[in-house]
This record gives sequence, C-alpha cells and structure tokens, in this order.
Amino acid sequence: MISIRNLSHVIDGRPILHDITLDLPRGGITALIGPNGAGKSTLLSLIARLTRIQQGQITVDDLTVGASSDRDLAQRLAIMPQQANVSARLRVGELVAMGRYPWNRGRPGYEDRAQVAESLAKFGLTQLADRFLDQISGGQRQSALAAMAHAQGTDYLLLDEPLNNLDISAARGLMRLLRDMADAEGKSILIVLHDINYAAAYADRIVAMANGRIAADGAPDGVLTPQLMRDVFSSDADIIRVNGRPVVVV
Amino acid sequence: MRPVPLLTALLMALAALSLFTGVSNLTPRAVFTDPEATRLLLISRVPRTLAALLAGCALAVSGQIMQMLARNRFVEPMTAGAGQSAALGVLLATILLPGEPIWAKMGLAAGAALAGSAGLMALIRPLPPTQPLLVPLVALVYGGMIGAAVTFVAYQGDLLQYVEVWLTGELSGVLKGRYELLWLAGATAAATWVIADRVTLLALGDAAARGLGLNVTVVTAAGLAAISLSTALVVVTLGAIPFVGLVVPNLVARHTGDNLRAALPLTALTGAALVLAADIAARVIRQPFEIPVAAITGILGSMPFLLLLYRGRARV
Repeated sequence: MISIRNLSHVIDGRPILHDITLDLPRGGITALIGPNGAGKSTLLSLIARLTRIQQGQITVDDLTVGASSDRDLAQRLAIMPQQANVSARLRVGELVAMGRYPWNRGRPGYEDRAQVAESLAKFGLTQLADRFLDQISGGQRQSALAAMAHAQGTDYLLLDEPLNNLDISAARGLMRLLRDMADAEGKSILIVLHDINYAAAYADRIVAMANGRIAADGAPDGVLTPQLMRDVFSSDADIIRVNGRPVVVV
Repeated sequence: MRPVPLLTALLMALAALSLFTGVSNLTPRAVFTDPEATRLLLISRVPRTLAALLAGCALAVSGQIMQMLARNRFVEPMTAGAGQSAALGVLLATILLPGEPIWAKMGLAAGAALAGSAGLMALIRPLPPTQPLLVPLVALVYGGMIGAAVTFVAYQGDLLQYVEVWLTGELSGVLKGRYELLWLAGATAAATWVIADRVTLLALGDAAARGLGLNVTVVTAAGLAAISLSTALVVVTLGAIPFVGLVVPNLVARHTGDNLRAALPLTALTGAALVLAADIAARVIRQPFEIPVAAITGILGSMPFLLLLYRGRARV
C-alpha cells in the first residue's frame, strides 16, 4: 500500500499541495485527474521520490520515501519516463533492458534477459527489438517506455500522462495493457490522465484534485458528476451514461 | 560486417604506415640491420604512433561521455571549454609554479578542466531541450571566452609562444620520455567503460534515471572527472586537438547507437584511427615540413560538424 500522510508542498512560495492524506491499496488502477496546476504531477513526483518531500510522509509498503535507499524503492516502484526526455539513440531492446538496472546494476543475467523478452512480447515489440527509437512511431516509442517500466518488475507503477501524443488506437492499446497488468499480474497502477473518459473507462478508482487538495475520491461511477465538472474543472460539460458507464460529453 | 575486427585491422595498417613515415627515411629492412634506424624507431616513431593512438582514443571517448552528460550531440570537451581551461591551468602553473614538477602542473590543468566542464554543464542546464542548437552555440562562445582569457594571460606574461603549443595540438615533438602521460589518458578512457551502463541511463533524463535507482550526481561527477583528466592530459602533452570528440561519437552513434557498453570500444578504435591517420597526413602533406595535427582534424572535423548541425536541425 502507498500511504500519503499530511503531505504539503510549496514551490517558489506558491502552495501546490495542501495537507494531502491518501491511501492507495495494492491492486487496480487509480487515475489522478484534475485541471492544469491542480498538483497531480507534483504528487506523482513526490511519491516517485523525484522531488524532495517538504512536509508530510509517504510510505510504500514498509519503505519510507526519502529514507529508504533508491535501489530498494526502485525494486518496488517504477515510474514511466516521458518520451520527450530520451536523448540518446537507443534500440528498443536496449531501452527495455534498462528497466532491469535496479536488479542487476548493469550486469544482465539469464533472469533479466527472460524478463526483457517477456516485456517486449507483452507490448508487441519483439519484432522491433533491434530498431532504433528514432525509427519507430510515437505510439511504439510510448509502448517501449511502458515495456521498460514493466521490465522493472515492480509492484507499483506510476505514469504521468502517458497518453499524450498518442492516437486513439495507440492510447486504447496502452490502457488495455495497463488494465491487463493490473488484472493478470496484480500490479498497482497510479496514472495521471487528462482525458476523463479514459479514466472512466479503465480505472477502478478516480482521485480528482483541485488547487492542491483532493476534491473527490471513489469509483468512476460515483465521482464523475456534472457537479464535479463544475466545481473541479469549471466546465459545464454534461455527463451521460453509455452502457452503464459515465461519459463526459465534450 | 563486424566493425571491431575491421577497425583493428585498419589501425594495425595505419600503425605500420606511421612507423615508416617521416622526414628520415626508414625502411623495415634497415630496422634489423642499422642500429641508428632501430634507435629512431624506438625513440621517435613508436612513441609518436602510440601517442596518436592513445590521444585519439581518449578524445573520442571523452567526447562521447560529454555528449551523454550534456544530453546533446553537438558538444565535445576540446572546443567547449575543457580544453581551453586545461590550457589556462597549465599556463597559470607555468607562471605561478615555475619550478614545480610536471605532475603538479598536470594537476592544475586537470583541476581547471574540471572547473571548466562543470561550468559548461551549469550553463547549459537551463537551456530548453527543444532548442538543441543553443547548446553548441553556448559551448563555443564559452570555450572562446576561456580561450581569450588564455591569450590575454599569456600576452601579459610574455608566454604567447608557449600557449600556441597547448592550443594547437601537434605530435612532431613526441619522443620517448615525453608522451608517457598519455597512457594515463588511455587508461582513463578505458576506465569509463566501467560506468558505461550508468552513463547510458542518464539519457533517459534525470528523473527516470533516479527512478531506476541511479545516483545521478555521482555518475555525472565521475563522467566529468574522466573527461577533464583525459582532456588535460592531451592538452599538456600534445596540445588541443579539436573535433575528434565530436565527429567520432556521432559516426558511431549512427552505426551502433548510444548504448555506451557497445559503443565505447568502437568509439575508442575509431578515434585512434582518425588521429593516427591525421598525423600521418600531417607528416606527408608538406614534406619535409609538418602541419599540426590539430589543423588537419579541424578541417576534417568541421565539415561533418556543419553537416550534423544542419541535419540535426532538420530532424528536430
């Protein structure tokens, strides 16, 4: 379980998070939604220890973020990198193999190769393993980054807006794979999403944030209401039900 | 076609050619019959060949490491401040510590190179990644400014002729007993292979690298130290040799990619071949006079550099 206790964060004198307390039990997909500047990405980067915690506490199972070693946490929790940040010319297989670093410190063994092969296969990248990242499509690159996070073999997986720049088929493909990782492999996935409809369709739980606070928390059915759209997103978008599922009419 | 055996064969051929190229005529046959020829070989030709190989290897490898640390393809230590800083360091050592042994001067040069490359990293960090051409621009201006400081200090101290020696690399002065520091440069380059995987992880961005449990600060510091030491050793022993660190890693990246564990051996071999070939050309073009090897690599290297910049812009 990821436990967040009384977490507050200030950047350049501007409060970003106010006294957040949140429990994310094992298993399932939790979607973080909210307008720009709500503090979603900051919360994610604090959990992933990419930003130093100023006030409050985060624990991942028995590990305390900020106190436990990077290596221990890297074996427990993976964060998917953003595509724009990969600066080097790497092959797909090499990138996915990097996910094994917390386990092998750069000396891959039999288990690592088996895990990399499995992750490549799961994300449909086996044929592309020897291609360079700049020779494949944006959707395939995103899959490769997700496969790398999968190869890390952690119980928890954090993703910050992974659907950016993906077309509908690639976006649905990635969400379906995440759904499968949660269902078949028992992974706990925390994902920041901009498109509420993807959150409604694929997440078990939605946490809506506004102005650094948690505005709503629960199953998509209960959370997504016209009231939420007004209060959190300042939008008069309507919510209808299609096949028993809430859908935002944009 | 496997590149490593091919490059090794090319290197051996170049080395053989280098041993028998120069002002004094030396034939393979004479080596075994004429003691004067054997002496020439051991005191001048072998050291010179080894110096070119070691320097090429060190320059190309430190260029590749710097490109990974800077997350930009268009920088290399020699032109981006580290080379000029090393020259400034050894110049200050000459003025302030005239009687000190070579390793003290070397230490100051390496320290100055480290400060120079750390300064560059701090300068380019805030630049937007969407504008990759800003990095080489800033790096060239920065290197030029330190180079100007070197010239100024040298002018004040009446040492302009010395400065020429450090700013323009050439191998005509290499003799047995005067190039051995380069073994340390070669060893430093070889040692970077140990951290190759870690440096490659930096390409994912600081956040993702830390997410994988990498100590980004330590790896960056180790990389910068290796770059600075190699650069300073080459500058003090031979003088600055530009563009090798830029062109070679880019060539290798096109073929093999940036996974350093696979790329570094290729980079080292290609760098060694390039500098040795340039030095052979430097001896042959104006026989019996010599052209500094830095002039050759400058000409050979600047054209691919412009091409890269142009192509890089088209891709971004």
